[in-house]
Amino acid sequence: MEVFDIFLLEAILNGLLLGGLLALLSLGLNLIFGVIDVVWICYAELIMCGMYAVYYLHVQYHWPLLAAMAAAVVIVAVLGVILHQFVIRPVLGAEPINQLLVTGGVLFFLQAAATLAFGIEFRNLGVTLPSIRLGEMSFSAARLVAFCVALAGMLGMYLFLSRSYLGTAIRAISQDRAIMPLMGVSPARIFVLASALGGALAGLGACLLVLQYDVHPAIGLSFGPITFLICVMGGLGSMAGGFIAAFVFAQFISVGGFLFHLEWGYVLAFAFFIAMMFWRPQGILGRR
Amino acid sequence: MIGNYPLHLMILVLLWGYIYTSWSLMGRLGLVSFGHGAFMGIGAYTVVMLWNHFGWSPWAGALAALAFAAAVAILIGYPCFRFRIVGHYFALVTLALSEVARLVIVALRDQTGGSLGATPNSALHGGATAAPGALQFSDKQVWFWIVLAFWLAGLWVWRAVDRSMARLALQAISEEEEAAASIGIHVARAKLRITLISALMTCAGGVLYAQYQLYVNPDTVCGIGISLQMVFGAIAGGMFVMLGPTVGAAFTLLLAEGLRLAFGNRYPALDSTLYGAMLVLFIIYMPKGILGAALEALRARTARPIAPRKSSGMPSA
Amino acid sequence: MQMLSLTKVCAGYSGFQALFEVSVEVEAGEAVAVIGPNGAGKTTLLRVISKLIGATSGEIRMEGASLARVPAHEVVSRGIAHVPENRRLFPRLTVEENLRMGAFPRAARKRYGERLEFVYGLFPRLEERRGQPAGTLSGGEQQMCAIGRALMSGPKLLLLDEPSAGLAPVVVQAIFDLVRRICAQGYTVLIVEQNIRQVLKVVGRAYLLEAGRIRLAGNSREFLDSQEIRKTYLGL
Repeated sequence: MEVFDIFLLEAILNGLLLGGLLALLSLGLNLIFGVIDVVWICYAELIMCGMYAVYYLHVQYHWPLLAAMAAAVVIVAVLGVILHQFVIRPVLGAEPINQLLVTGGVLFFLQAAATLAFGIEFRNLGVTLPSIRLGEMSFSAARLVAFCVALAGMLGMYLFLSRSYLGTAIRAISQDRAIMPLMGVSPARIFVLASALGGALAGLGACLLVLQYDVHPAIGLSFGPITFLICVMGGLGSMAGGFIAAFVFAQFISVGGFLFHLEWGYVLAFAFFIAMMFWRPQGILGRR
Repeated sequence: MIGNYPLHLMILVLLWGYIYTSWSLMGRLGLVSFGHGAFMGIGAYTVVMLWNHFGWSPWAGALAALAFAAAVAILIGYPCFRFRIVGHYFALVTLALSEVARLVIVALRDQTGGSLGATPNSALHGGATAAPGALQFSDKQVWFWIVLAFWLAGLWVWRAVDRSMARLALQAISEEEEAAASIGIHVARAKLRITLISALMTCAGGVLYAQYQLYVNPDTVCGIGISLQMVFGAIAGGMFVMLGPTVGAAFTLLLAEGLRLAFGNRYPALDSTLYGAMLVLFIIYMPKGILGAALEALRARTARPIAPRKSSGMPSA
Repeated sequence: MQMLSLTKVCAGYSGFQALFEVSVEVEAGEAVAVIGPNGAGKTTLLRVISKLIGATSGEIRMEGASLARVPAHEVVSRGIAHVPENRRLFPRLTVEENLRMGAFPRAARKRYGERLEFVYGLFPRLEERRGQPAGTLSGGEQQMCAIGRALMSGPKLLLLDEPSAGLAPVVVQAIFDLVRRICAQGYTVLIVEQNIRQVLKVVGRAYLLEAGRIRLAGNSREFLDSQEIRKTYLGL
């Protein structure tokens, strides 16, 4: 390596920024799985709904951007609760595969409904943020903002989970659900809370994504599979594991995409995932 | 004479019925794969690429595709089963697989045409209606018989697997891995065999699809979208029953066509929306699918017991 | 005043019945034991009281008020704390976080600080280990933590399910000393045990539960003197 490649560094740093965002996305999924023991296959589609919410509120109804975003977070949180109450709860007693499949059905439904309602065109938020130059490297401000907000969001979740009673209960329920009533905790209520939180995190992710990418009904396919793989690689249900895995994955995508062509970065990341599954099937910090 | 359009529908029903049946060989034993799109994509793209770029006859191309699919199935399947990657994890690993396949196809855009898709070069010159060497026939009737043959073959394989010891063993395995292992059944090998059969059949389905439609596209033959479609088609019809997946295929297709006829192209994704909603309802209220539920109602058998997800857990004194 | 009364309670699990018309009474401030062999239904009895499972017939009253319509997660706020069989601590939460979970009900949160001090006073060893994951504690320490967790809710009635199970004899002794101290503090205690000799030294009254039915009831002295008990359960 003769000269230190500045653009490689840029790719690495971009990977870091991407990692922060992916970590936020995986946090919601891991929370849901850790508490309720269900994987929301349609998680990315919930994010898509959030992105459309921001778009319509800001672009069509001219809400101030931050207000639109706040509303989107609430909307997706509510969607999460609705999903849990009407789709997940009926199958909680059934075989785990049914739970996977039912959320898969919701994925299908949301994508199709979005196409029906919004059309297949790509929608842009119309908000352009400047590029920030650092020497010869340039970074999108949108990405930087997303990274900072994502970190803040994760920090907030961490504090909530470790300091508050409800947060402790959420951590407890994933360790022993059966005795929660003895603590005065109704598991059903914790599930609703977790669903709302998972939805809110998805909504926050949506706000950060819509700053960088155009929204269209199939956008969930762009980051949905990645989010699952990150969670599984980190150990399904482990928020810390997902955090680490997100950054590793992001590096593969970013640096791989830089060294080869864009898609190859993803291919490498996926191939790495499959290899990881054979080396450590339960995930980096997984327990099961 | 049956018109072209009804023939087209029947061909699609049989073809997708065959593909869904292949999927459910694994699915009914608890090996729910969200990655069968990869095998279909391998089948479809291998034949088209080898034909277009190297002039390989699709017959030879199909053999290459099958070999490729087998390799992938073993490469992914063996470690999965050896390391007991099951349930959620297995589904997500297979999901990764189908996405890798799709991304590779898109990444090789110079050869494959990327997201725009590709068409096999026509071998039907000068008004010819059949080019058996190139597996191209413009007469739908020919295709009908081909697809029918495969469909029947698929059902035959289903029956064979159903009857064999392997299936009983796998049933035990899917319900209680520990106990089965202690009886000395080689779990991994049994699962791998079924996976291999399923993958090869699906791959063949991809070959037929490519040659029939004469157009392939990474999203229509590969990726999570098509993988989910397979899962749902099988589930909707009922994957525990031999003809279930075919019923699912018929149901899906007729729904789509029906809606198209009723609403034209005004509401492009209406059929998918309804389909998605129905799927959710199916899994909640009819986990055995249309045919399965109907058969059960007929026989008034007691339902297959669904084990409670988590009992209250504490042992009794 | 009667703290807890069960009248002709029947209960079971899908397929089989575990309790047959069980009647039990516990006065305020008393320490009562339910003894019996394995599979007698002792744990089921406690679970019926804390509403983890529902009674199929009969009445359960706490301080005179029926528990029939009280859902499981509200039983704690009625003053009943249940220490389950096998401790059931949250293994990856720290000792202090486990205790914090015990104080989850709103009323208990207000008294969190003073109750924590009280529990650490009872179990100094727990205070030493407050930041450790509960799963890393020894059996005896886990039992202390589980009891401490139950005390954090400020209960009137404490249900203890086989607190000595799986513990070394020395530790068992310590646990029973503890129970004695808790009783001395004025808590009402219903303790289910297989270790008959030890538990009869701690409680004033006992019931014998066999195959889901109450066979004998009386004070501890009567039990220790009973020929049947001595022969069947104490091997004398």
